[in-house]
Amino acid sequence: MPRLARLIALAFAVGLSLAPRPADARPLEAALAKFAADSFGETEAAIAATAASGDARAATIIAALQEGRLLFDPESRKVFIKEGARLVDAATGAAIGAPPAPLKPVRLNNRLRRAAEAALGGLTLLARDPGKRLEAAQAVFRSRDAGALDALDAAIARETEPRVKRALEEARAAVRLYTRGASAQEKLAAVAVIRGRGDQDALALLAGLPPDTPDVVKAAAADAIASIKGTLALWAALQNAWYGLSLGSVLLLAAIGLAITFGVMGVINMAHGEMVMLGAYTTFVVQEAIRTHNPALFDYALMIAVPLAFLVAGLVGVLIERGIIRFLYGRPLETLLATWGLSLILQQAVRTAFGPTNREVGAPSWMSGAFELGQLTITYNRLWIVCFGLSVFAALLAMLRFTRLGLEMRAVTQNRAMAASMGIRTGRIDALTFGLGSGIAGIAGVALSQIDNVSPNLGQGYIIDSFMVVVFGGVGNLWGTLVGALTLGVANKFLEPFAGAVLGKIAILVLIILFIQKRPRGLFALKGRAVEA
Amino acid sequence: MRSAFLLTRTLDRGATVFLALILALAVAVPALNLLAPPSSPLHVPTYVMALFGKYLCYALLALAIDLIWGYCGILSLGHGAFFALGGYAMGMYLMRQIGPRGVYAHPVLPDFMVFLNWKELPWYWYGFDMFWFAALMVVLVPGLLAFVFGWFAFRSRVSGVYLSIITQALTYALMLGFFRNNFGFGGNNGLTDFKDILGFSVQAQGTRAALFALSALAVAGGFLLCRAIIASKLGKVLVAIRDAEARVRFLGYRVESYKLFVFTLSACMAGVAGALYVPQVGIINPSEFAPANSIEAVIWVAVGGRGTLTGAVMGAILVNYAKTYFTSGALAPYWLFVLGALFVAVTLLLPRGVVGTWRHWRAERQKTLAARREAQRAAAAQPAE
Amino acid sequence: MEPRTTPALLYLDGVTVTFDGFRAINNLSLAIEPGEMRAIIGPNGAGKTTMMDIVTGKTRPDKGDVYFDGIHDLTRLDEAEIAALGIGRKFQKPTVFESHSVEDNLRLALKGDRTVRATLFWRDSGEEQARIARILEITRLLPFRTRPAGSLSHGQKQWLEIGMLLAQEPKLLLVDEPVAGMTDAETMQTVELLREINRERSVVVVEHDMAFVRELGVKVTVLHEGSVLAEGSLDQVSADPRVIEVYLGR
Repeated sequence: MPRLARLIALAFAVGLSLAPRPADARPLEAALAKFAADSFGETEAAIAATAASGDARAATIIAALQEGRLLFDPESRKVFIKEGARLVDAATGAAIGAPPAPLKPVRLNNRLRRAAEAALGGLTLLARDPGKRLEAAQAVFRSRDAGALDALDAAIARETEPRVKRALEEARAAVRLYTRGASAQEKLAAVAVIRGRGDQDALALLAGLPPDTPDVVKAAAADAIASIKGTLALWAALQNAWYGLSLGSVLLLAAIGLAITFGVMGVINMAHGEMVMLGAYTTFVVQEAIRTHNPALFDYALMIAVPLAFLVAGLVGVLIERGIIRFLYGRPLETLLATWGLSLILQQAVRTAFGPTNREVGAPSWMSGAFELGQLTITYNRLWIVCFGLSVFAALLAMLRFTRLGLEMRAVTQNRAMAASMGIRTGRIDALTFGLGSGIAGIAGVALSQIDNVSPNLGQGYIIDSFMVVVFGGVGNLWGTLVGALTLGVANKFLEPFAGAVLGKIAILVLIILFIQKRPRGLFALKGRAVEA
Repeated sequence: MRSAFLLTRTLDRGATVFLALILALAVAVPALNLLAPPSSPLHVPTYVMALFGKYLCYALLALAIDLIWGYCGILSLGHGAFFALGGYAMGMYLMRQIGPRGVYAHPVLPDFMVFLNWKELPWYWYGFDMFWFAALMVVLVPGLLAFVFGWFAFRSRVSGVYLSIITQALTYALMLGFFRNNFGFGGNNGLTDFKDILGFSVQAQGTRAALFALSALAVAGGFLLCRAIIASKLGKVLVAIRDAEARVRFLGYRVESYKLFVFTLSACMAGVAGALYVPQVGIINPSEFAPANSIEAVIWVAVGGRGTLTGAVMGAILVNYAKTYFTSGALAPYWLFVLGALFVAVTLLLPRGVVGTWRHWRAERQKTLAARREAQRAAAAQPAE
Repeated sequence: MEPRTTPALLYLDGVTVTFDGFRAINNLSLAIEPGEMRAIIGPNGAGKTTMMDIVTGKTRPDKGDVYFDGIHDLTRLDEAEIAALGIGRKFQKPTVFESHSVEDNLRLALKGDRTVRATLFWRDSGEEQARIARILEITRLLPFRTRPAGSLSHGQKQWLEIGMLLAQEPKLLLVDEPVAGMTDAETMQTVELLREINRERSVVVVEHDMAFVRELGVKVTVLHEGSVLAEGSLDQVSADPRVIEVYLGR
């Protein structure tokens, strides 16, 4: 670990150069004594001396001072820190049983408070933990405290972590821009640094420069603002694209099963949304079972739920196909009505079993939280859903292409009579194909349980969108479904800022309706005589 | 002369009986409500009359759907949108009639606009204080939407389930829109708290009786109109389109014009149904646009029998009566099971619907009877030879 | 209107249609003279039905010219307009309006105003009745006048469809496999019927049945892989070695 080695070396170097050795009669002791002088002037000196001592306890002491927990004994001129009910020696941190005499708090005024804050800022700027240093630098960036300038300079000189160093430089630039003393040269350099930062904070900083800023600097700042705005717009577009991708993958998950049942088999399954809903409820049941029987497995609940949801929804799908749909092949409008009736029955059944209210499906730890990528905020659950959607798609594609079942499915959909005469049991293939489409809808339900309310109406919200995706992409073409879902997702998110969520959705619907006018068979239409047969 | 001819062509015996029945209802029910004393066994309570008035509006909607689905094969899953638009047009008139009697007592603005801090009436509310204008809009707005939508859809030959799905998307989009406050139609709550219509209180028994009679007359009128269309050569073209669309094209008919005509007409009928519905139930809100409502209306027609006008009317009344029966009692949780089962059962077991099945059965019986008579005659003739 | 470019009634030149990379019609040229009857034969996939689709406006060619009567560019018109010009088509599978009576089927096909308004205010007239009766007679369907078309036999449906074509009074009839599934007697009657029709109109017949084509005794065009392989009398084309290779001598 060369980095760690470097850090340790750095720590030693710091210890050698700045801080006198602890053995050398403890400069901290001398500094502390000044706190006991009970005068504001001495206290200020004490703060500076404590900070300069480089002692590991310096930060604790100054923090205690800020919070009024620093006490002194006027007799012995010893200083103590109150930690809850306990009392510790400020110099050593050793606990003291009972106070030797009545203690007095070290008094503060505003000037001292500022000094303490600056000193503390400076101290954490030198902290060993790079995370702490970064935080301190960002705090200074926001407070723009002129008192921290020296500490910043010192810290920048010693900083080796590029990330932290940049934050430190940005903090220094921010301070300089807001201090009267800095030269125009320095300020110009500062503007350049801030411009490099290029985020919303930078924009606010440059926009609110003090009125006495030299004109050259102002001009440079205005220039920087324009450039930052451009960058920000780019990031916003990227963020939007990400949201769109994420919405698109949700649509993909919801629509992909439909691409099988509607796209490949030509069956209008209005109960498709209910298959998604069943998947979500399966997830809920699995999670409840785990919560009560084996909470340790909670993080794996979703992984267990995926195959179960596939089985539950797939089985229901097979039953529907054998029980109803097979009698209605070639009568699409009747199929539509019958499956709508089914969707009502399924919804009401779930409502009866689980109640009409939303059910809580928890997120496993690996799906909570978010991380930053440049200026993008990416939540883990969305990231997983994007990955999940794409892998389900890939798995389905591979299944259709490389398995015996996939081959037979394609054979039956292309030429039923020929397939039957070659010994394929078409009825069985129909049931399995429909089961597959339904099962995939069930899997989608597992994912959607993470971002949507699990209620009996869950599926209703997706059915129209799913049909739009399949129709838009081109019926009978899985790649069309992928492109359709992602396009609609991204288009939706890019329309939202202009039109609002609801109007954006309406606009999308209208656009699709218009699109269907232009290309009634979707983006990737099949051509030829076979189409109308 | 010509109209008299159209009428005779239009009415066969069954249709005449049915029409007479509806007209008798239009007279008898209001009369028994207003004239028979409440103690009399013949008295029709006002709530029953209001309920059946509502069913009649549904029946008119069912006729509109049957005209395009049963006879031309266009399955619209968005006819609830035309119904609701007609209802909103009427609702806007009724809102303007409230005048300063609203909660906020604003002379012009309806309460919800005052609540939203609007200062003046949006332009599309102009004119709705006049009944004739509102009545015109009841027909024009749904008709225009259907015309524009149909013009796009039929010209590019969107048909079958594709058309069904985009009609569903249409009503869904409208629902989302009407839910928004800034659309200016009362958002979530819709339009309600109506006071009077043409100067008569909407609550008054007499007004309710009149609305019932009007609804019955509207059903009769819609029935006649549909009969007239079906009996014409245009009706034959529609059925031909339903059965073999490509063939009709190769015969030289512009299929899209026919579809557009009948779709627009059907939307206008749905609009009228909605307009009669709103004063009787006292409210119109965006949930009327819900896709589920439109599909439910389709099942009325399927139950009664698509392609039979009496079936559509009877289906609407039957299913809605069943709905009222179920949802008002302890059986309420089971209604959706019943409705769902109805969808499945009708499509699987009774594809002709109640009336259609009965007619089919009667026709078959007559055929066997005729064959038997023929055989008897032949048997009787033989010995004579 | 453009000046007449060709004396032929139907004129196809260099027509090509591609479906997903597959050339269904490849540089096809064909001319049908007024009053002519032409038989078109060819193996499956030769492009016979696609050619009819192009002429009737169902499919648009990628390139090439299609002219009717020398002045009408059929590639720019839709089905209804082409039908109105006087091109009638009979499908491979008999398609009649099954729930209409035989009479109503013919009534819908009768030449006349096809606007929405005209059909809405249509009235039955004696003249119309007479025309229908005449066609019923020609197609031997008089006894079935009020029967639903769906209840007819297969051969009767074929004739009803031909009758509907006659009712349209077209200049050109495109007939796709008219004798498929017919008995020998019915086939012979169909030959007579087509000859009868040919007295006033041009006819293009697509057929597999060689006996039928021989009986018709007209000029034959052999299609193969979307273009014309041979043309001439049946005896001539039967002697053509290329024809024997791809079609007859299998």
